[in-house]
Amino acid sequence: MLPMGPPMLAELEPVTGRYMRLEIQGRQNRVYFEQAGQGIPLLCLHTAGADGSQFRHLLNDPEITRNYHVIAFDMPWHGKSLPPVGYHLEEYRLTTDLYVDTVMAVCRGLELEQPVIMGCSMGGRIVLQLALTHGADLRAVIGLESADHQEPWYDTDWLHRPDVHGGEVSAALVSGLVAPQAPAEYRWETLWGYLQSGPGVFKGDLYFYRADSDYRDRVGAIDTAQCPVYLLTGEYDFSCTPEDTLRTAERIKGAQASIMEGLGHFPMSEDPRQFRRYIMPILDQIRG
Amino acid sequence: MSKITTTLAELSELADRVNGNAGQVRRGRFVELEFLLQIGDEAHYLCISHGQLTAITPGPLLMRPWRFAIRIQADAWQRFCQPMPRPGYHDLFAMCKLGVAGIEGDIQPLIANLRYFQEMLAMARPESSPESQHASHGAAHVG
Repeated sequence: MLPMGPPMLAELEPVTGRYMRLEIQGRQNRVYFEQAGQGIPLLCLHTAGADGSQFRHLLNDPEITRNYHVIAFDMPWHGKSLPPVGYHLEEYRLTTDLYVDTVMAVCRGLELEQPVIMGCSMGGRIVLQLALTHGADLRAVIGLESADHQEPWYDTDWLHRPDVHGGEVSAALVSGLVAPQAPAEYRWETLWGYLQSGPGVFKGDLYFYRADSDYRDRVGAIDTAQCPVYLLTGEYDFSCTPEDTLRTAERIKGAQASIMEGLGHFPMSEDPRQFRRYIMPILDQIRG
Repeated sequence: MSKITTTLAELSELADRVNGNAGQVRRGRFVELEFLLQIGDEAHYLCISHGQLTAITPGPLLMRPWRFAIRIQADAWQRFCQPMPRPGYHDLFAMCKLGVAGIEGDIQPLIANLRYFQEMLAMARPESSPESQHASHGAAHVG
């Protein structure tokens, strides 16, 4: 028997978490996603080595969910999504093709009509490719900490080896990408995503980010009249720097780019209040 | 701040902050080494045992071995130590990418205990204290 006392009701968020089963490149995947709201589908793509919980503040924002059906899923290998069967026999490596196929499988699987796709970091990279190859099916893309290329600048072998804890080192490395102004609560929540990531997953994502997504020669072909492109980058991001983003925007005719003050590489999770200042006008503009 | 060098007295104060912070000492409980911290022209050997910063030896000393070295330009260190550092000077790796800091040597223990060393550097900020630390570059004193 539970002890009797005054009822302590939980505060239930207006966010629903579910699993979907999807075939991606011929393999079955069990993919976790969260959603809230109604209206224009807004599909959110998390950063490398993390999961969709980075978008929980958007999912809980009534001003956003009043007009947008916000969906955030964990990529296979990430968060509560499983790696596909046989994962133990392979090295995880995300590629442009696999990433595009994964995102589009989610769009089709959930019957998202003309969604807005917003991605951060590696998610910000892939939205450029999606705007190029699937622009007719998208209402707009928003690239957070987004650029068409990044020169490798450190040895990612440190992220997955037996004498270094992969989660600890991943979190420590990205901790400097969070702006110093970020509230401690949200800084450490953001880092938790990295602390608990599966072995080699961050490194496998960075294969895409470093080695298989040099889009410098193709972003100029994006038709922003068909699929508008919005780019937002935090001033403290030294991975995807403001210069990287502005350089990319210059190559995409019609792209809109802004540099966000007091924010780093994880704007939606490190300081959601500050991020609102920048994302709300864009969401209003897309809604028209 | 007007001065751009780090004195032995300042590093001694840093040692007091590290050793007086139970969370930091626990975090570094497997760290046993001596590393070189060079700020501008001033080099110091910092000895760490069981997470405690046990000795600071002014250098450079010919033939004195160290496990790894952290070298930061004097001006960059001054910027890093500001209460709210500007972009690029808020983190060791940001400064490395900017080309104003570097790491060398056997960096395995640095990488394996990266948060410990990041927090140690952050404690060099004059305003640093367990209560007031604004948590730049993963440096909040949260256990």
